[in-house]
Amino acid sequence: MQVTFHLPKVLASLAGSAQVQARGATLQEAVEELTVRFPRLAGRLTGPTGEPHEYLLFYLNDEDIRFLEGFDTPLRDGDEITVVSAVAGG
Amino acid sequence: MSPPPSLTPEEILRYSRHLLLPEVALGGQRKLKGSRVLLVGAGGLGSPLALYLAAAGVGTLGLVDFDQVDLTNLQRQVLFGTGDVGRPKSHAARERIRDLNPHVHVEDFQTRLTSENALEILRDFHIVADGSDNFPTRYLVNDACLLLGIPHAYGSIFRFEGQVSLFAVPGGPCYRCLFRQPPPPELVPSCAEGGVLGVLPGLVGTLQAAEVLKWILGAGDLLIGRLLLVDVWTMAFRSLSVRPDPRCPACGTREIRELVTEEASCAWASAAEDGSHEPDVPQWSPRELAGWLSQGRDILLLDVRGHHEWEIAHLPGARILPLEYLPEGLHTLDSARETVVYCRNGTRSARAVRFLREVGFTRVWNLEGGLLRWIEEVDPSLPRY
Repeated sequence: MQVTFHLPKVLASLAGSAQVQARGATLQEAVEELTVRFPRLAGRLTGPTGEPHEYLLFYLNDEDIRFLEGFDTPLRDGDEITVVSAVAGG
Repeated sequence: MSPPPSLTPEEILRYSRHLLLPEVALGGQRKLKGSRVLLVGAGGLGSPLALYLAAAGVGTLGLVDFDQVDLTNLQRQVLFGTGDVGRPKSHAARERIRDLNPHVHVEDFQTRLTSENALEILRDFHIVADGSDNFPTRYLVNDACLLLGIPHAYGSIFRFEGQVSLFAVPGGPCYRCLFRQPPPPELVPSCAEGGVLGVLPGLVGTLQAAEVLKWILGAGDLLIGRLLLVDVWTMAFRSLSVRPDPRCPACGTREIRELVTEEASCAWASAAEDGSHEPDVPQWSPRELAGWLSQGRDILLLDVRGHHEWEIAHLPGARILPLEYLPEGLHTLDSARETVVYCRNGTRSARAVRFLREVGFTRVWNLEGGLLRWIEEVDPSLPRY
């Protein structure tokens, strides 16, 4: 499945672009593929256990993956994954 | 809220464009006059919040800010003028608001919001608008609002991106439902370190003000259970759903029954500004470095900022290798040579020193306080930024 990741600025510089394509049957696979292609993203998308950091949200289309199947959520062609980072500037 | 106060003829004329809106009308305007809104932070977000809420006729505006106006604030904090530089923000804001709308009663709290004073300060307000600039304060505002049963209009910004929502409304999610924990300090630069497009807080703070007004009016579609993402660089707006999380310790399980100041929070508050979250990184003070250099010691000065910052000012004889390219550029460095790494304020360079020491460089030091401290203590001819 080919999907599009929308990355926040804080991560986009590590992937060279705010929108990147990836492939995978599940979100886990797509994230892994992304970090192989962009090694600087490794460790920034997931913690040591392989789960997403608690200050980073993954939305599959418009749904928070914590209310789906997390990283095991299956993907469909054309899915959009929005990564939202906690920011605190004011 | 107590029964809404009536309007004087002058106020009726002043708020005429509101009164013409059936959705606001006289009843709504009286509600605004009877409302008490607390602004946490009088900065980039606090500026449009204060200006628009005062202009709209909110009866009482509370302002919490311990800081003074700095010249670097004026690029985005439109509440202040050049003549306010050096003055306490809460005082300058009070004067500006009085000039804009003398009917608004301002209560200023020239203090930092803490776990000790938060409940006392927040308890008399109907709604809070969070325009703070750090994670500990954001969690504090969220938890205090939940304990007191008042909502908060959330807004936060970074470079070109902003987020807006309305949290802690009964039945809706809270900030901890969204982000259970803050990121480690080294992963998110502050506005002072990362920069921010001046118009962004203007936009995001204005969106927060709109949420506050609609909530007081009890009308319109509010951002309850929705997170609005704003990107002014691509000019894209996206709204994502946010569900209340039954496992949330603040609004779900209600494990959080009192406010605490965590040690980590204190680290957070100071880390962004001076790199002090890397206290064990070996460092030299600017005066020490200047002394060694004047004796002709062969020291590599390594600048790990971006080229756009190098262009503003850099140390004579320095070499640039931006932090993000340090791993790739490692082979161009001589581990036997004494090296002092610097950035703007010592934060990024501390990370660089830690990395270099981990990969075997033993003669590498951080320039304490960075270029800013160098300018202060050694060479005031360089521009500050």
